[in-house]
Amino acid sequence: MEFQFDLNTIWFILIGVLLTGYAILDGFDLGVGALHLFVKEDTDRRIMINSIGPVWDGNEVWLVTGGGALFAAFPHVYATVFSGFYIAVILLLFGLIFRAIAIEFRSKQPMKWWRQMWDVAFSVSSILIALLMGIALGNIITGIPIDAEKEFAGTFSTLLNPYTVLVGVTTVALFMMHGSIYVVMKTEGELQKKVRGWVNNAIIFFVICYVTTTMYTLIYYPNMVQHFKEVPWLFIIAVLNMLAIANIPREIFNGRDFRAFLSSCASIIALLALFAVGLFPNIVLSNPNPEFSLTIYNAASSQKTLNIMLIVAIIGIPFVLAYTISIYWIFRGKVKIDSMSY
Amino acid sequence: MDVEILSRIQFAFTIAFHYIYPPLSIGLGVLLVIMEGIYLKTGNKLYERMTKFWVKIFALTFAMGVASGIVMEFEFGTNWATYSRFVGDVFGSALAAEGIFAFFLESGFLAVLVFGWNKVSPKMHFFSTIMVSFGSILSAVWIVVANSWQQTPAGYHIVGEGINARAEITDFWEMVFNPSSMERLAHTLSGAWLAGAFLVLSVGAYYLLRNKHIEFAKSSFKIALGLALFASLFQLFTGHKSAVGISETQPAKLAAFEAHYDSSSAGDLYLFGWVNDQKQEVNFGIKIPGMLSYLIYGDSKKPVTGLNAFKPEDRPPVNIVFQSYHIMVAIGFGLIALSVVGILLLWRGKLFDKRWLMWIFVISVLGPQIANQLGWISAEVGRQPWIVYNLLRTSEGLSKVVTANQVMFSLILFTLIYALLFVLFLYLLNEKIKHGPEEADKIPSEYEHHKAALERN
Repeated sequence: MEFQFDLNTIWFILIGVLLTGYAILDGFDLGVGALHLFVKEDTDRRIMINSIGPVWDGNEVWLVTGGGALFAAFPHVYATVFSGFYIAVILLLFGLIFRAIAIEFRSKQPMKWWRQMWDVAFSVSSILIALLMGIALGNIITGIPIDAEKEFAGTFSTLLNPYTVLVGVTTVALFMMHGSIYVVMKTEGELQKKVRGWVNNAIIFFVICYVTTTMYTLIYYPNMVQHFKEVPWLFIIAVLNMLAIANIPREIFNGRDFRAFLSSCASIIALLALFAVGLFPNIVLSNPNPEFSLTIYNAASSQKTLNIMLIVAIIGIPFVLAYTISIYWIFRGKVKIDSMSY
Repeated sequence: MDVEILSRIQFAFTIAFHYIYPPLSIGLGVLLVIMEGIYLKTGNKLYERMTKFWVKIFALTFAMGVASGIVMEFEFGTNWATYSRFVGDVFGSALAAEGIFAFFLESGFLAVLVFGWNKVSPKMHFFSTIMVSFGSILSAVWIVVANSWQQTPAGYHIVGEGINARAEITDFWEMVFNPSSMERLAHTLSGAWLAGAFLVLSVGAYYLLRNKHIEFAKSSFKIALGLALFASLFQLFTGHKSAVGISETQPAKLAAFEAHYDSSSAGDLYLFGWVNDQKQEVNFGIKIPGMLSYLIYGDSKKPVTGLNAFKPEDRPPVNIVFQSYHIMVAIGFGLIALSVVGILLLWRGKLFDKRWLMWIFVISVLGPQIANQLGWISAEVGRQPWIVYNLLRTSEGLSKVVTANQVMFSLILFTLIYALLFVLFLYLLNEKIKHGPEEADKIPSEYEHHKAALERN
């Protein structure tokens, strides 16, 4: 495959950037949700939720905008994937609704049953979202049945197999690791001490999943490594990924929590980069008919639209980065509960 | 039931539920800017309490809007895949622009608005309030532009044939400023301002009737009444402009608004009535003869294009459009009357003594909500049978691979969950209203703001 740095490639990268931004940002707050029920005290649970309080909504915007950008740049991917994965997408949407509502409503009433109910909703929906997204990612790697009309030709059960579920679990593990580091960064005292102990367990859980997934991919889906054979220097990404993961326990041990968090972000970036390089120039692989795959060319909008959208992105991205950085700067430091908190 | 009817019901249901909340956010956003602006200008603590109270309500409506809005972002793909393939190039661009320009702005500054009282200076907080309000308006801009393109497509050409046909942008600005977008945007925004204004009026009137938070209620009421008067009159103006525009761009819709069938006769304006589509007449109606022609052309004799100019399969369902349009207009005039009476009595210093009027204000919160929903029903059902006017039929826009059972499953789930959410929303809204604004001494002063900010640096 000849690599061309054209508008289609730029949009493949931009959507990758949006989804990576989403994975890094909503990743930690989904991780906080996945860990939520392990914390028992009501005040501690409030601290957990308020650690993501001002930012979770903005984090989710990365997903919404990613969806919009996919619609605009690769409408066939948007149409095929969301109609084909219908039940899975509906479940994902329910997860997102429940999670938003659980965060908003949980601390609005003092009753124990009320809080317990929303705590469970928050945690279960966080895990469900991560799992479903991982399963979707797994299906992109294995490929899905697509016909000549670009329509999905399978069923819901087509989407569930050991490999895709494994990728789903790996995603949950990744976000748990990422989220636990975030909590350590945002808390103090007993709670921080407790969660600090969990970070290593989360790393071990993730590494086991990750290694299994990697072996599984190398053996059964060698198409994902084709580009790495052709362009050997790309292997640097895999090395950087391992270094980033290995660096996390070292920084945690030395109490440099922010640097541990950056390492975790770097490992997410590297993981998604590995995924993107393996996939390129396909966006959705058709299995068993690779000729029907949705690529950055046959699934794209017109050059004119890609160009317009690029201008929109160039104008918009500096603002987006400015808001994101300012918000994280304003809300830096340890979480404190006050009258406006969740 | 087949996939088409189920998908139509699901889309109508999810978008109608979603549309309860964004207008409240847009309307309250404007009021928050005014309230906090007054606070910064005068330093009067009353306005700080007011802003803080309404921020809490705003945060609740915003969260509901986000939760129900995510569904909309993906529902085009899940249920209307063929439509998505057809319009992605055009419609998708507007949707993506909404994400990049509006959602990031809103959600970022919302954090400061809700949680940042003690983290930033009062000026920075005010700036955040303005940005959240501005973001919610920008969001309306892009989504109304996208929808208006479906009503009056412009700046595109069709590429490919048959099932591979799709619309591609030829001129971005022509697409954005398509013939109906600006009038519809103005009409949508003033509807949203009314939704926010009448919520504040309703709560204010309720406190006054209960003899609670008197000073707070009166001041909130006055601010909201000003916005209500402006927005209700502006609504009439933009509604008129829209109708004149529709006479050119979507004549079938205008004909359905007034159940006008005969293209060779002047158009009448009905005050109310019941359409008998088979006999092509309006029963139990009262009409002003020639008034439609007069409003559109300034000439009560001039013929207006009627539904008979269109093949039966190209006409919208007339009675639904007729009823929703007429009730919307009636509510609109009711809101104008209420606002004018309110302002006149306020001017004479008697407003807050009229308990009967206060009761009307308490229930008036439903007025803009119902009118906003009916307005969208008029616009969307009036566009039928087209999903993109004259280009793609709604029945052709469906997802090919989704089955009736799947949509039935999702529709049942949406119904259950939205019913639960709605009950919770009303419950929490009621709790917050009953709790009322914080007492004066519980709120840290502006000085403490600064102090807290200084200590942080």
